Amino acid sequence: MARAAQRTRRGGGIRRGEARAGYLFIAPAVIITVVFLAIPVLLAFWVSVSDWNGFQSPLNPRVNFVGLENYAAITVEDGLDQRNFGRSIRNNFYYVLLVVPLQTALSLFLAVQVNRAVLKGRGFFRTAFYFPSVTSSVAIVIVFQFLFLGTGAVNAVLRAIGIQGPNWFNDPTGIFHGFVSIFGLTTPPPFLADGGMLGVSWWEWLSGPSVAMMVLIFLAVFTTSGTFMLLFLAALQSIGAEIEEAALMDGAGPFRKFFSITLPMLKPTLFTVLTLGLIGSWQVFDQIYILGGGAPGGTLMTPAYLLYESSFIDLQWGQGAAIAFILFVFIILLTLLQRWILRDRAPKKRGVAQTAVKGGVS
Amino acid sequence: MLIFLALVYIYPFLISISGSFKTDAEATQDPLALIPATITFAAYERLFANSPFPLWAGNTVLITVCVTVGRVLFDSMAGYALSRLKFRGRTVIFVLFIGILSVPGVVLLIPRFLILNQIGLYDTYGGMIIPLLSTAAGVFIMKQFFDSIPESIEEAARIDGAGNFRRFWSVVLPMATPALVTIFILSFQGSWNELGHFIVSRQSQELNTLTVGVAQLVSGTLGAGNQFPLQLAAAVLMSIPVAVLFFIFQRRIMNTTEGAEKG
Repeated sequence: MARAAQRTRRGGGIRRGEARAGYLFIAPAVIITVVFLAIPVLLAFWVSVSDWNGFQSPLNPRVNFVGLENYAAITVEDGLDQRNFGRSIRNNFYYVLLVVPLQTALSLFLAVQVNRAVLKGRGFFRTAFYFPSVTSSVAIVIVFQFLFLGTGAVNAVLRAIGIQGPNWFNDPTGIFHGFVSIFGLTTPPPFLADGGMLGVSWWEWLSGPSVAMMVLIFLAVFTTSGTFMLLFLAALQSIGAEIEEAALMDGAGPFRKFFSITLPMLKPTLFTVLTLGLIGSWQVFDQIYILGGGAPGGTLMTPAYLLYESSFIDLQWGQGAAIAFILFVFIILLTLLQRWILRDRAPKKRGVAQTAVKGGVS
Repeated sequence: MLIFLALVYIYPFLISISGSFKTDAEATQDPLALIPATITFAAYERLFANSPFPLWAGNTVLITVCVTVGRVLFDSMAGYALSRLKFRGRTVIFVLFIGILSVPGVVLLIPRFLILNQIGLYDTYGGMIIPLLSTAAGVFIMKQFFDSIPESIEEAARIDGAGNFRRFWSVVLPMATPALVTIFILSFQGSWNELGHFIVSRQSQELNTLTVGVAQLVSGTLGAGNQFPLQLAAAVLMSIPVAVLFFIFQRRIMNTTEGAEKG
């Protein structure tokens, strides 16, 4: 700052009016950001600690400050609101648990494959894998709804190999529940049925993602793997020559080369993909909205959709805003975690090849 | 193996294209077939003649054009100011923009609705367009790019007496084409596919965009029964512009990591 000011002064006449131009140039972006981002977030925070019911302005004098009441209703007070919130967390938790590792592994696999120099038609494969990422969520959900009909294409394929597919989108059975029911365990043991968290019993927490949610998990992996493939691909291309060289000297086979050399070198990108995946998959909204809410059995409900439904449909604005802020803080924490990890890695970047080789040897 | 995977990625799109030309009954009974037994344009005819689809498309085009033009202009102006022009508070503003990059889109649903309602822009084109006109990510990309252009380039123009705006417009901006293309792709794709903001910024049916309209079509009355050809046709049509954009700029998208970030 000080140096900038000095240069301004030294520059004299030729830099006259630069400050004014600077403000003028940046004004539109700043105004839009302040009016449609900063102020709204403050306004929403007020709503989350008030009893506003959606009528007139949230700033009108009849709206009262209620402290943490809205936050309490969804977290500590027994009732439907708490149970809905608990369920949405459970659903999204299983979604994240499956989507993040699957999309990371698949995108890494795809990137390594399309990066091979010998592969013919690399452009075609890249296009094929990336294309789902550019189309709208609405279009993709329609396609998936069609594919996963009870009589749809997926079940037709499964039938061909002798499997009777489920009625995907209408099946609220948790897949872990489904699995233990094979062994005759259909009712919860008492110690799982009685205790619980956020109004949801331990037995329900352990249900696993519902069959319907599995479709959304496939969908997420399908649409995001292409984007993350590009991130891995960029990283692979920037370290390409070194890998070959190191592997050549070691005389390593393809598997050993991948796990001992390539993977350690991709660590920074891997962290980026994992945290971006985490951040993204805690925000599932579009798909749930298009499918008409949390059906079946509320097993598709996510916090992001619940905050919309609480506010815009049930008109419990305070609670909706409270969910939004809980999610907000959580995602900010994830973002900070990512920044912290990447800052930690950044200075090492120059020595990354060495570290990787060392890691491979040990 | 890879060919199999590529098929898994492409097949759904092929099926949806062929499904959109099938009759309702055939789409349900024989969803796997790539070539319809009887090719019918009924779904497309219904979309254009008996549904508000053209209106939705018109709204989407209007909004996408405005948002894209606005973003390219405002993000590059702000990026230029942050990179080149010296003024008090520059660092603070830049840090602010970086911070804003981490605000998750989904928690903005309620806040955006509240402010649009408060300032009387709810349920107007203005309310749908203006909040999308600038993004922190776009400003950031432009600033980084301008930082990479040596300042000496501008010196000649400066000595010739070109003002700040002139240097920006005729000297630096034409050099920034790669970054502008990135912003263009991200804005076009982002605003064309945007759903959340349009759900909370309007309620009139006349202001429906393709995403909102087609989403209603899926869950609403039109979606009841076996109307899959109709839904698939809508999905195919709304994907065409982004697909065209994708194929035009394919090489660019595939070669840069910036293009990988989804609007």
